[in-house]
Amino acid sequence: MNVKWSALGEVAVVAFAVGVAIVVIFAVGVLAWSVRPAADTGRDRDGTLATVAAGLCFLACALIVCYGIYLVVPQFH
Amino acid sequence: MGDWSFLVVAVVITALAFDFTNGFHDTANAMATSIATGALPPRIAVLISGALNLVGAFLSTEVAKTISGGIVDDSLVTPAMIFAGLVGAIVWNLVTWVFGLPSSSSHALFGGLIGAVWVGAGVKGVHFSVVTEKILIPALASPLIAGVVAVTSTYLAYVITRRGRRDEVGRGFRAGQIASASLVSLAHGTNDAQKTMGVITLTLISAGVLSHGSGPPWWVVTMAGLAIALGTYIGGWRIIRTMGKGLADIESPQGFAAETSATTVILASSHLGFALSTTQVCSGAILGAGIGRRLAEVRWSVAGRMVLAWVFTLPAAAAVGGLAAAVAEQGTAGIVVVLVAAIAIATGIYAVSRRDPVHAANVNDQPTAAVMSQATTAA
Repeated sequence: MNVKWSALGEVAVVAFAVGVAIVVIFAVGVLAWSVRPAADTGRDRDGTLATVAAGLCFLACALIVCYGIYLVVPQFH
Repeated sequence: MGDWSFLVVAVVITALAFDFTNGFHDTANAMATSIATGALPPRIAVLISGALNLVGAFLSTEVAKTISGGIVDDSLVTPAMIFAGLVGAIVWNLVTWVFGLPSSSSHALFGGLIGAVWVGAGVKGVHFSVVTEKILIPALASPLIAGVVAVTSTYLAYVITRRGRRDEVGRGFRAGQIASASLVSLAHGTNDAQKTMGVITLTLISAGVLSHGSGPPWWVVTMAGLAIALGTYIGGWRIIRTMGKGLADIESPQGFAAETSATTVILASSHLGFALSTTQVCSGAILGAGIGRRLAEVRWSVAGRMVLAWVFTLPAAAAVGGLAAAVAEQGTAGIVVVLVAAIAIATGIYAVSRRDPVHAANVNDQPTAAVMSQATTAA
């Protein structure tokens, strides 16, 4: 029997780190996006800041998704 | 050069039929939580998933080089055994479908082959150490890993967005779900369609239709891709209902966390060379997402039935595969008998499913206890 325990451990660690990171970044982006209407109450600069923060978070997630597609498609390797 | 015997045609047809059941069994993996949270309308969800499965089938060039990945001794495998193994896998996939239980299609295929080879070539043809390594350990590990990732990320998603406006937060996560679900579908197409292509190609090689070492002809790639895409599009609504509504109450942050966890586990495992079952990864992630939200209801009775199906998948498919092999080894008449029996069983299961049809319109209804017991007595 030749169970690849190290590979299994690696899968667990990598998946945990990347999975949790994406959800956290995306959640921060969603939070920033949802407080954006604060701009209506006259706090304009806060609104801009929130929108930019949300944009950066979603961009980071999009980049990670692109890397995921790169991994899935063998022609890219 | 060999020729297109009746047996070869039978193997190709059953392999495509298995691919079809593989598709509709696994639509739920990618799309169940997106459908449950309303991120995607049911019809659109299965259309996207089907299309991406088709794309995935054409993208992947790494076709399985052995039928079983070393679980059985490939030098002892005859086309009749492959045929019997496929029948075992199809029958078990249909049985679990009618009960709405998400079970691994790969385990069903391996189980069917193990049973067929055991009966056809003796117990020496089955490599039990490889069974432990490639099936048992991953089956225990995959739901655990995906579950832990999903519990953590769900918990954090709720903590982080606690102060956000609820409607905006829900909309944001639903948008995210569309991307994560699509990635699961694409990954599925690149993996599962290849198994069928491998089975058909190796059968054609053993029959002498193709020369040794040749890759799958274009028509094999096309037909396998179309079979899995069509199966995905038809949609195993029963299983979608179980995974989306049955296992746990899923809100969009949980759906996003579950799908993202499942995607990262699937991609990490296929990239780092450890084979995990997609179905078990996705189910584990959904359970984890259920636990991660405080006070969310996780229906452990449904989860228990699902785990029971996982345990029985391999032996049950092996039993059917073994029985089919014993008959199919008798020659053309035997193959016809198995083929007719398989069609009869499939028709019977379909008839049972019509008593309580699940489709795009009612997929988000809560599965009721009465329906489950009715299905039990009907079968």
